[in-house]
Amino acid sequence: MTPRAKAKTQNNKADSAEEEARNRQETLKVLQRFGRKQGNLIPILQKVQSRLGYLPREAMVEIANHLGIPEIDVYGVVTFYNQFRLNPPGKHLIRVCLGTACHMKGGYITLDAWKRRLGINQGETTPDREFDLDTVACVGCCTMAPVTVVDNQPEGKVEPTKVDGILLAFELERGAKGQEAAQ
Amino acid sequence: MKAVESSTITSMFEEIKSQADSYWRKLVDSGQPVIVVGTATCGRAAGALDVLQTIREELERLGVDCPVFEAGCLGHCYAEPLVIISKPGYPPICYGYVNPVIAERLVREFVVGDNPCLEFVLGALEANDLVPSFDDFPRATYEKKIVLRNCGHIDPTNINHYIANGGYAALAKVLQMKPEEIITEIKDSGLKGRGGAGFPTGQKWEICRNTPGRPKYVICNADEGDPGAFMDRAILESDPHSVIEGLIISAYAVGVRNGYIYVRAEYPLAAERVRIALRQAKKLNLLGRRILGSDFSFDIKLFEGSGAFVCGEETALIASIEGKAGMPRHRPPYPPTSGLYGKPTVVNNVKTLASVPPIIANDAAWFASIGTEKSKGTAVFALAGKIVNTGLVEVPMGTTLRQVIFDVGSGIPNGKRFKAVQIGGPSGGCLPESALDLPIDFDSLTEAGAMMGSGGMVVLDEDDCMVEIARYFLEFTQRESCGKCTFCRLGTKQMLALLSDITLGEGSQADIETLKTLASDVKAGSLCGLGKTAPNPVLTTLRYFEDEYQAHITEGRCPALMCQHLIAYYILPDKCERSCDACVGTCTVEAISPNKKRIKVIDQDKCVKCNTCLTACPPQYNAIVKISPPSEVPAAEK
Repeated sequence: MTPRAKAKTQNNKADSAEEEARNRQETLKVLQRFGRKQGNLIPILQKVQSRLGYLPREAMVEIANHLGIPEIDVYGVVTFYNQFRLNPPGKHLIRVCLGTACHMKGGYITLDAWKRRLGINQGETTPDREFDLDTVACVGCCTMAPVTVVDNQPEGKVEPTKVDGILLAFELERGAKGQEAAQ
Repeated sequence: MKAVESSTITSMFEEIKSQADSYWRKLVDSGQPVIVVGTATCGRAAGALDVLQTIREELERLGVDCPVFEAGCLGHCYAEPLVIISKPGYPPICYGYVNPVIAERLVREFVVGDNPCLEFVLGALEANDLVPSFDDFPRATYEKKIVLRNCGHIDPTNINHYIANGGYAALAKVLQMKPEEIITEIKDSGLKGRGGAGFPTGQKWEICRNTPGRPKYVICNADEGDPGAFMDRAILESDPHSVIEGLIISAYAVGVRNGYIYVRAEYPLAAERVRIALRQAKKLNLLGRRILGSDFSFDIKLFEGSGAFVCGEETALIASIEGKAGMPRHRPPYPPTSGLYGKPTVVNNVKTLASVPPIIANDAAWFASIGTEKSKGTAVFALAGKIVNTGLVEVPMGTTLRQVIFDVGSGIPNGKRFKAVQIGGPSGGCLPESALDLPIDFDSLTEAGAMMGSGGMVVLDEDDCMVEIARYFLEFTQRESCGKCTFCRLGTKQMLALLSDITLGEGSQADIETLKTLASDVKAGSLCGLGKTAPNPVLTTLRYFEDEYQAHITEGRCPALMCQHLIAYYILPDKCERSCDACVGTCTVEAISPNKKRIKVIDQDKCVKCNTCLTACPPQYNAIVKISPPSEVPAAEK
């Protein structure tokens, strides 16, 4: 198994039987809208992942049943493409762009900064499930290099100091929410 | 029968066109200022959505009712966010580097008041006596916009904008022509595939048309995976209808009822705008059953990729649509004879398809008059990296690299020296100064060891290490290799290991020979373009910059001061200012502290080489330097 596939399989299990049942339910709901041909596999996986946040084992089994293909074929496709994930995502998605322009303008330094601040490697989630750190090949914002995509919003010119700034903003947001809750 | 049908098509299109025209006239001739904000992904990364919101709020606060719409990318990405204001009595003016504060002022003083805020102007869109226009820019001498004709000027989410600007007229025209005539027209124009390989488009269509077998398919390849390239993204986000129109025309010429647009996963906004565009085209019967009353029916499905670089290769892309892992297969048979589900399939790039409507609307001779003898038309490039005017440019084929980089792109920022230009992404190569006078066309770039590629152009200056960039691309292709061919899977891995060693200062002379041998083996032993071209970045850097490899290997020194293992940051004691603490506060790992004389010193064990201190040190001191090899840092500091 490649390191990437291995990283993907961590935690590929629902936390409880209820969650597993819920995942199965959601998957079946998505499957109702798709025919039983293999050409639908990738759109189905995308829909299921957008609902569940990841592709748990039970979802893949249901999809294989629906399409009448071996489970390993579903798993093979899931691990082939970068966008599919086998473990639940963190609350905030941090994706560091490592396109050519971003790399040459210090994207690798930015990635180091994220790793250092979050205390995790790329492809991992912080233990409190707040942040998810990953890299992306290129988001096509080469003119704003180095770019980090924070919760699907591309941020331009992210250098180590801006990494701290973005994290601070999240912290303040959380603090404000906490205060609201306390009141 | 044909005559009756022909008049139906004309009258149906006339009706759509007149509606779009009156919509457009109401917008531009309303007597009100019209505000346009560029909100393609590049603009959004620069904060265009905040600007847009500010403008809307400010207009509402002041009780002004004037049209505001979102457009795509004008190509001047260096100055994002861009706002264009067209006010009666003034030329349409484009403002650059707009932030919410400037946006508020523009609304108050120009939209409501009468001060065009000349201090924020980037350029006017047409010649006038008040402000310089984009036509006065040096780059205007070289630029010729065919594919990018509408980008940044129209609302990509409103089909009326496209139609009012000449859109879908080519479709109405082709529906009254014979498919063979269209293929001849495209062949005569000399249009070649813009995805990189440069296969003649008309010929591809003809082969597919003449191959028996039904159903046939047409696919628009928008899986723009090259890191450093963003032309297709910008076109789909700014003018999706031009691509859709091109795809419909290709379908009619080839005789196809079903088509796909394959957009890569990393471009959610492009996919969204294509989805909207498809819906609108269907509503106006420009797509779907019996298009414009003719007996031609055609439908397009949007297919979103899932993040695999190799899916840009046509057979891998087809496998991906079939619901399989995106692994390329052996060619021939090429897709025009056996493609999607084994049926004849045409796969065309975004820019190829966007070039089709203008060719039909004008004629083949017009297109063939642009460019060089062998490469016709224009080339779209995404300029990025160490260049002043990053952004999108479209120039006729045959323009030289020097003209694109120095005249259109305004050269290298910060007074640095040009070192190389990386063309064609992971499949291309790095060309040095001596290659700058090469004309841009399919043949000459390939000869120089790079390739036309899809159009990504990353400019590198003296601070960029050529070994590191070769390593970077190898890391990329190695990771993205699908694993089918042994040489691509394992050969690139070995090459990457050798290059990594060199960037760590642990390489040996023998490594260079091994790299060269492996490179030719990987080229020979791979099925698809990914493997065949993966060694290109290594080969070109070895060809033009072998001295840099030698410095890494023999001296453990990175001449560009980039390879992190081979450099150290050092504060020059005689330049460091006692009263300044700029670097101490910004250091992200608290590795800098003052010594007894209040001269700042870096703790080399703590330093993570993040470059923050170097940018923080005020320019009047410039006390922080990078030293390579790190052993040259004075002993006292360690």
